[in-house]
Amino acid sequence: MSAARTIRFTLNGEPVTAEVKPHHNVVEMLQTQFELHGARESCGQGLCGCCTVLVNGRAVSACLYLAPFVDGAEVTTVEHLATRDALDPVQEAFIETGAFQCGYCTPGFVLMTGQLLDEHPDPDDDQIRHYLTGNLCRCAAYPEIINAVKVAARKRQSRPTP
Amino acid sequence: MTTTTIPGGQVGRSLSRLEAQDKVTGRAEYTHTMRIPGMLYGKIFRSTVAHGRIKSIDTGAARAVPGVHSIVTAEDVLKVIPNPYYGPAFHDQPILAIDKVRYVGEPVAVVLAFDPHVAEEAMQQIVAEYDELPAVYDEVEAMTSPVHVHDALKPAGTFADLKHLTGRKQTNIALDFRLRRGDADKAFAEALHVFDHTFRTQKVLHLPFEPFASIADARDRSLTLYTASQSPSFVRIEIARLLGWPENRVRVKVPFLGGGYGAKLYIKLEALVTALSMVARRPVKVALTMEEQFYTITKHPSTFRIKSAVDKDGRITARKCEVWWNGGAYADIGPRVTQKSGFTASGPYDIDNVEIDSYALYTNLTPAGALRGFGIPQLVWAYESHTDMIARALKLDPLEFRRKNILREGRPQATGTVLKDAAIETVLERVAERMNWTQPFDRGKGGVRRGRGIGIALKAVISPTTSVAIVNLYADGSCVLYCGTVDMGQGSDTAMAQVVGEVLNMPAETVRVMQRDTDVTPYDMGTLGSRSLFHMGHAVRLAAEEVRVKLQALARDVGVLDGSNIPVSELFKKKYGMQAGNIVGTGTYKPDYVPPDPATGLTPNATPFWMIAGAGAEVEIDTETGHVRITRLINVADCGKPINPKIVESQLSGAALMQLGFTMFEKMHIDGGQVTNASLADYKIPGIFDVPIVMENETVEAYQHNGPFGAKGIGEVATFCVSPAIANAIDDAVGVRLTELPLNPEAVLRALRAKDGNPLEDA
Repeated sequence: MSAARTIRFTLNGEPVTAEVKPHHNVVEMLQTQFELHGARESCGQGLCGCCTVLVNGRAVSACLYLAPFVDGAEVTTVEHLATRDALDPVQEAFIETGAFQCGYCTPGFVLMTGQLLDEHPDPDDDQIRHYLTGNLCRCAAYPEIINAVKVAARKRQSRPTP
Repeated sequence: MTTTTIPGGQVGRSLSRLEAQDKVTGRAEYTHTMRIPGMLYGKIFRSTVAHGRIKSIDTGAARAVPGVHSIVTAEDVLKVIPNPYYGPAFHDQPILAIDKVRYVGEPVAVVLAFDPHVAEEAMQQIVAEYDELPAVYDEVEAMTSPVHVHDALKPAGTFADLKHLTGRKQTNIALDFRLRRGDADKAFAEALHVFDHTFRTQKVLHLPFEPFASIADARDRSLTLYTASQSPSFVRIEIARLLGWPENRVRVKVPFLGGGYGAKLYIKLEALVTALSMVARRPVKVALTMEEQFYTITKHPSTFRIKSAVDKDGRITARKCEVWWNGGAYADIGPRVTQKSGFTASGPYDIDNVEIDSYALYTNLTPAGALRGFGIPQLVWAYESHTDMIARALKLDPLEFRRKNILREGRPQATGTVLKDAAIETVLERVAERMNWTQPFDRGKGGVRRGRGIGIALKAVISPTTSVAIVNLYADGSCVLYCGTVDMGQGSDTAMAQVVGEVLNMPAETVRVMQRDTDVTPYDMGTLGSRSLFHMGHAVRLAAEEVRVKLQALARDVGVLDGSNIPVSELFKKKYGMQAGNIVGTGTYKPDYVPPDPATGLTPNATPFWMIAGAGAEVEIDTETGHVRITRLINVADCGKPINPKIVESQLSGAALMQLGFTMFEKMHIDGGQVTNASLADYKIPGIFDVPIVMENETVEAYQHNGPFGAKGIGEVATFCVSPAIANAIDDAVGVRLTELPLNPEAVLRALRAKDGNPLEDA
């Protein structure tokens, strides 16, 4: 096993350092060094989206993203969306529409929906399906998720972005 | 609160899940991501042969990997657990393979290390040698194969209906259930038409996104398990049995589950982590990868031969069912699937003469257990395809043929149990109505053909089972519910809180539901088979009612009149002089049940309630490619009175979409006992593009009179009819009949080409 090295990056808006080995992925680093458990490894192949995080604002599969590569980057996890006082509109929409069952994949869907709405504030069904095709939900809450995206879009539009 | 009127209003509310905020913020806790101080990680070394005697296990190179704590084999397990065989139905599964391996992927050894990567690397350096034995994979061959997976049957004794199997040798038949009603032979001899078809289902698996994970922390006189389990009480009982300890020394804590669907039932990794922690004298965690789930538990592949006698009026006069369930190398709950589902194999039809033979078979494959329906989807696939085939052969409308034969309220089901609160007719009619069955239908043209199909089914709930609940009312008027039902996404915590709120007249969202912990949450048989809302719902209702009665007594005690609206906190203050005291109510529920007669399978009381589902599908088929597009999927169910309509709808929709995967593409490919597509890259599950263009879910107006507030379970029902409804629609569209799942483009195209007399060559 190779030696650890120190990386510096921005995590949820704060500068941080981490000791990582070349084979550590971002999920493991977030869980073991920062106690952030919202990104979860499931398929381990970048196919299910349970491990989604944002690196420099882009959604990535953190199970395939090696930790040393976030050196100098800006990493955002689901834990950063809600403040003490308020949930993110996407999170609110997921709750209102009941867009999850077991919740294991939910952080990934929430983050990916955020990216979709950043790029298409008023997405149609095709855009929703296209953006969310890389996120799987074994409970199959897809109809509710599609609905959640639409509700979230309306919420975002009626609210100034911070 | 002290009034006897019931403002309630909690039952029937479409309340969001109590834990919703934790789930959308990523803060919900799951076993797979838990760590406890001082913990070792275990990585499992698995068998590479399907059936063989273990000649040697060389762990030398693995031990030499820096950072390895230890390597554990069966030899070490035997020192801490002398009889290390576990299982809910049979005590047949060794914690680690002893002398023999019985399927590819069976755990043989475990590497322990503080760094999971070290454990993984070392695990890959273990070398085992086997004397390979002939293996048996097919459930029908297993009936007569000279290859025997086990030397003798070892029923657990947990279930009375399996005891007679003790000591049977030289057989792969783990259970043979039979039902005999009327005189089927005579009816067949007199029949105008006889139809005889055989259907098969493939091996698929649950694949929860939180793979199996368990942590054990064994001390000299106590053991704590943190585990992703659907049945914490069973885990406690089984681990206590393995250790020879009283139950009170074993504690099982279960956070939320990242999906279960029947996978995490009874006992899975818990026995292994217990042994590992006892050997290592440290906490040990084993968390599986997605791939390893393919070597843990699956659904039963099945073969079902169904034969019906039909008279000149289109009435089914007799039916013979032979079902073979491929249980894999260890019984898990297979024998119970064989019986508890087996007795409904003749379907929701009024047939006087019925014979059912249902066999649980051992084979050299990954063990099979319950998957969202306890065997019912396999049965419905066959009997509802068969129903359509008969109707088509007799040139009868499939809906009319069903109407003619449907089992009506008050009529006896195959077991002789009379149907009550089972809205079969209503469900069938609602499916027909939503499908616009009597209206003209666009059948497509050229290379795109359209068709439609329906299906209807019933299921009995597993019985008899027990649930216990405790409601604790605090002196400020808030309360906590202790119940062992595991919320794995089905929303049980929310529904149970609604039951408490209804009885105690408080908003359900103010009720706190205790996380499952067997040190505080009382016994529950398990979160399975759509039993919880009914059984635990009753236990919770009874516990809350006891609190209400005790509170009324307390009020009288302090001189407050019935009907007063003095707050609960004031009553406690009057009684105890300050904010102090508790009121604790308990509830235990076990329904009446009469076991089936061993010779005939008949019983006047097979189940406390029936689950009823119907489905309708419209499909569009590309005749050039065999590709099937589902343009419409209708799911209708009788769930009595829904406690939480929004969650009920999600359950229907989710179950139907899961079954859509099992119907259209999911399949474990197995070559010489080896699963060749054990990853999400090679085993496709439904994604967002697989959702039918139109999907409608409906619960019919119904009331379950013996249910809590008229309700009954809903978690499985929408899986039942999806497969046959789609196969029937395919036949309707292009005139080919598929009798084996999945209904993938290759299967459809092969059938189309065969029909045209231009068959595709074998791949």
